[in-house]
Amino acid sequence: MNLLKPAALIAALGATVAIAQTSPAVADKNLARNLAATCANCHGTNGKSVAEVPSLAGVPANVTIQKMKDYRDGKLPATIMHQLAKGLTDEQTALVADYFAKQPK
Amino acid sequence: MKPFNTQRRDLIKGAGAIGALGAVAFTGGCATVGGAAKPKVVVVGGGFGGATAAKYIAMWSEGKINVTLVERGDQFVSCPMSNLVVGGSKNLGEISVAYGGLDKYGVRRVKGEAVGFDATKKTLSLADGTALPYDRLVLSPGIDFMYESLPGLATGEAKNRVLAAWKAGPETVALRNQLTAMKDGGVYAIHIPKAPYRCPPGPYERACQVAWYFQQAKPKSKVLILDANEDVVSKKGLFTKAWNGQYKGIIEYRNNQEIQDVDARTLSLKMSFGDDVKADVLNVLPPMRAGNIAAMNGLNNSNKRWCQVDWLTYESTAVPGVHILGDALQIAPAMPKSGHMANQHGKVCAAAIVELLTGGNVNQTPLVANTCYSFIDDKNVVHVASVHRYDAAQKTMVAIAGSGGLSAEQNALEGVYANSWARNIWADMLT
Repeated sequence: MNLLKPAALIAALGATVAIAQTSPAVADKNLARNLAATCANCHGTNGKSVAEVPSLAGVPANVTIQKMKDYRDGKLPATIMHQLAKGLTDEQTALVADYFAKQPK
Repeated sequence: MKPFNTQRRDLIKGAGAIGALGAVAFTGGCATVGGAAKPKVVVVGGGFGGATAAKYIAMWSEGKINVTLVERGDQFVSCPMSNLVVGGSKNLGEISVAYGGLDKYGVRRVKGEAVGFDATKKTLSLADGTALPYDRLVLSPGIDFMYESLPGLATGEAKNRVLAAWKAGPETVALRNQLTAMKDGGVYAIHIPKAPYRCPPGPYERACQVAWYFQQAKPKSKVLILDANEDVVSKKGLFTKAWNGQYKGIIEYRNNQEIQDVDARTLSLKMSFGDDVKADVLNVLPPMRAGNIAAMNGLNNSNKRWCQVDWLTYESTAVPGVHILGDALQIAPAMPKSGHMANQHGKVCAAAIVELLTGGNVNQTPLVANTCYSFIDDKNVVHVASVHRYDAAQKTMVAIAGSGGLSAEQNALEGVYANSWARNIWADMLT
């Protein structure tokens, strides 16, 4: 189900952009990038980690989405990610996951 | 400057802005020479906020904006992890990073001390007389100390004897040297000012690091925490567990310890209530305010101490065209003054400035997160984390309900992650 969300969101954004080019929705072309940048402190710029914390760059979106869900639900043991994952909505998680999936490993 | 600014404003109005601006940008030729046709951003301060902003503006604008970073230091020295230098498990070289990694993004680096700016002419002045023109100025000035409240620390000699060591660098090493020179059986005392101050858990981490060192090398010595606050400001349960556990008999914590002054000659604190307190190594964190470049130029519009900004752009509410990041800000509720947070400020500001200067729309839903690790000893670590979103109705950042939290207990895995965090955030700023 989660996989459908980014597609739906992009379609919705496209429609908004088509209607009003100067609406705030235009800024959303960088929303995924901006959200993903909040992860870079620990996971590296554009998801390329230089240390022990895993890279997110090139990880398939469904893998990242599932992990975030499992962190939130307490199904995946974590030191900190269960707390941070709860700060993102499903839509934001999907945008971030999709952005990292497209980054070179 | 005037014709260019006018032109730029006109360009931003229309939907053709991006194409037209692109054409203007290409006529500017090489980004490193002059580049009069490109918008100019000058960033002051190569710390967690400023270096991040400089890198991300250059990276995200893909060369469409000329970015200059003004920094007085030769290299970046990290405040996070610097308590490990005080404790002796790391050295200063291990927490320092060169600025050269920013060159590949096209960031022009200027070594110098920014002293003021002209918001009308849009120029930044350096101590050597240089004037740097800008379209947008970003200040990440960190903190400076309110020594006026502590007359006993007025002289340089007094400041060297009673160190703050709250800006990583030579003072960090000097404090370490005072500790190694101290006789066993001595007392290290740290005074903590009333919040807000830079790095809420930092003083408690430092106390732990000194206690860890004493355990190894000076087992008869004591650590005295004199806190002006009513209670431990950050990670209370986790720190007090360590003080009552592995550091029992070494660390003593006292709350409500306001001071009137410091006597650097006798290494003693004149307390507001009760007898003077004397130490063998005295470490005083004076009350703090926004760094000088902000404080001396009318940007400290919150209680004449901190700077208020628009949380969508980090533009000062006092002076248009000037953006402010990091510890100098009047923080939003539950937002700590931390390096991690400053890095996040830097990215939100960078995204906004790129949009403002290239005709785009500023993100109306910024998100920032904070992760703060504290070392209890050389390996075991505790954290606090939070996520904050922009609230349009309140026009501020608010902590997201249900997110964030603390470590269950100190652990070595988070020690690995804390070191990993440091390497990744330094790289995110500087390489």
